[in-house]
Amino acid sequence: MKITFPHMGNVYIAGKGMLEDLGREVILPPPCSKKTLEIGTKYSPESICLPLKINIGNYIESIERGADTILLTGSCGPCRYGFYSVIEKNILQELGYNVDFIVFDPPEGKPSKLLNSFKKAAGTDNAIKIFKGFYKGKKIIEKADNLTKLSNIKRAHALYPEKVDNIMHDFYKNIEDVHGSNEILSLINYTSKKINSVKEKKQSEYMKVGIVGEIYTIIEPFVNLEIEKKLGHFGIEVEKSLTPSKWLSHHMGLGNIGISEERKKWKAAKPYLRTLVGGHGRETVGSAILYAKEDYDGVIQILPFNCMPEIVAESILPTVQKDYDIPILTLVVDEMTGEAGYLTRLEAFVDLLKKRREEKKNGELLLRG
Amino acid sequence: MENYYLGVDVGSVSTNLVVIDENNEVVIKKYLRTQGKPIKVLQKGLNEIKQKSGNLKIKGVGTTGSGRQLASVILGSDIVKNEITTHAVAAIQFKKDVKTVLEIGGQDSKIITLKDSIVTDFAMNTVCAAGTGSFLDRQASRLGIDIKDFGNYALNSKNPVRIAGRCAVFAESDMIHKQQLGHNQEDIIRGLCEALVRNYLNNIGKGKDIKPPIVFQGGVAANVGIKKAFENALQTEIYIPKHHDVMGAIGSAILSKEEVKKKGRSKFKGFNITDLNYKVRGIDCNDCANMCEIIEIVADKKTIARWGDKCGKWTNALKGEDQELA
Ligand code: SF4
Ligand code: SF4
Repeated sequence: MKITFPHMGNVYIAGKGMLEDLGREVILPPPCSKKTLEIGTKYSPESICLPLKINIGNYIESIERGADTILLTGSCGPCRYGFYSVIEKNILQELGYNVDFIVFDPPEGKPSKLLNSFKKAAGTDNAIKIFKGFYKGKKIIEKADNLTKLSNIKRAHALYPEKVDNIMHDFYKNIEDVHGSNEILSLINYTSKKINSVKEKKQSEYMKVGIVGEIYTIIEPFVNLEIEKKLGHFGIEVEKSLTPSKWLSHHMGLGNIGISEERKKWKAAKPYLRTLVGGHGRETVGSAILYAKEDYDGVIQILPFNCMPEIVAESILPTVQKDYDIPILTLVVDEMTGEAGYLTRLEAFVDLLKKRREEKKNGELLLRG
Repeated sequence: MENYYLGVDVGSVSTNLVVIDENNEVVIKKYLRTQGKPIKVLQKGLNEIKQKSGNLKIKGVGTTGSGRQLASVILGSDIVKNEITTHAVAAIQFKKDVKTVLEIGGQDSKIITLKDSIVTDFAMNTVCAAGTGSFLDRQASRLGIDIKDFGNYALNSKNPVRIAGRCAVFAESDMIHKQQLGHNQEDIIRGLCEALVRNYLNNIGKGKDIKPPIVFQGGVAANVGIKKAFENALQTEIYIPKHHDVMGAIGSAILSKEEVKKKGRSKFKGFNITDLNYKVRGIDCNDCANMCEIIEIVADKKTIARWGDKCGKWTNALKGEDQELA
């Protein structure tokens, strides 16, 4: 059995480590690329949202690499596309791929079904083994997310941000060649140390931007055209409102931190949006407000074209922008997104934030003087 | 001898060059079609400026537009800025207390809001054709009139017809329908102007705080029919700068002046670059799964720039070569 699963930021690192610990063979899809998107677009319904298209591309590229069993995940958000796994299975079956499916749907509702899927993927009934594997997986995803966070801050501080890019490029290249959670964790540690040793600029204050929006677009660098890297090169620290580890701790009910963080977002969003709008629409509004309160310089919302929950959030954000006096930029991505226009908007936004900072400083000087 | 500054805006449809003096007055202005050959067009434009001006002392160069990086490599520019910022800078120079900039060009449209000469918000549309100049060009030719007269037709309309449609395709078919119903040309044209303005305000203008004074720029600003439609919709006077069609280039020239004053010298490579032979090459890197497409610019056999690699391997290699040469 050769197992594969779709890409979503660092999730694959944890999935790989966990399954390899259990003695399973994992075939990773190649990193998302234009080719992945091309394949996915070709075989998916045109009007379906972008994340699904990329999943399909991932599966097919993995099958080409020899995978015969596919782990399907539920929708990235409980919206009208709550049936990701069903659609995806259909598409692959219709294309005539002779592969096995193991479906993971979000645990809400039927935990026993989820457990069965776990057993099948793990290849064992031993609950302790599964639990151990799961525990390791969670640890990996947390460490990997921390590494991403570290690199995002370091890139802004670095004298030569390319150094950080190089280290991370090596990391992602090497991760394919190490196996099992121990090796993976030590590669993460090694990489963190390297990042920490990158030389910094002589500067004490940095601008900060918070990223909100649809979870898949926030997390998968290929889809958001590496927004963290781009902002880092402008000298801006980046914080993401959603990460796989945050998602996990919320949905698995593991640790109260995750749950209380979501609650905080809902509470903040309440004056603007009381009900669930699907996906993470409510969290988007709430996170934007929390970032404003924490004195971030700006907020960027990213969403796939025609993602409904986020479109609802988008229509509310101008009011938040006004009420909290914080600049908010909305970026829409789809298979037509051109890098040039995207970069232009980002650059202009950064210009705007810089000017605002300067003005604020001047204002403070005036008041003090 | 007076000092001059060159601003260049390379877009997918047009390439604009301006030369300004110390007082930010435009002394030379060139508006050329890019036609998919940005480098050739740049060289041509620069050559024409050289012919016209004899030997102006260019003290600084700024580039903007979607081809700003490329133009910068070719010219040796002192500042490379996105077109939102450069348009805002030029609008402020034209009207100091401007609060809203409406921009409609051939390839895209933008809206910028400002407070105390600082950009507070903006939006840009590169996808929707109904909000750009090319849409009007096409409708004018369909109606068999010169685009230059388009606006005047609209002004002569007494009973505008409402052209429905959120996008170019629908607007077009509704226009044909109205034509068949026998509405006269003036009314249809005014209807089209109003449809474009309505689309603009509902799309990129959505959620934006549009306050006067309002400056309207970009190629379409020459169209008096659109100006009037904006004035009707927004119920306020609209200001149009004289050089409305090259505001991006003007903005980047102004920024280059500021940059050179700070740095003390310019990176401009001089007018000679018009004699060099440039080539753009695409390389597919297969060294890892990212499979980047690297773009390489070669000037007389020497590689002067590369971009497109995710890991920095190709760009860094070039930096290394540079150091060896130096
Ligand atoms: S949240 Fe948006 S992108 Fe995700 S499934 Fe729903 S509509 Fe699609
Ligand atoms: S340029 Fe770098 S990231 Fe891109 S394919 Fe080559 S090795 Fe990979």
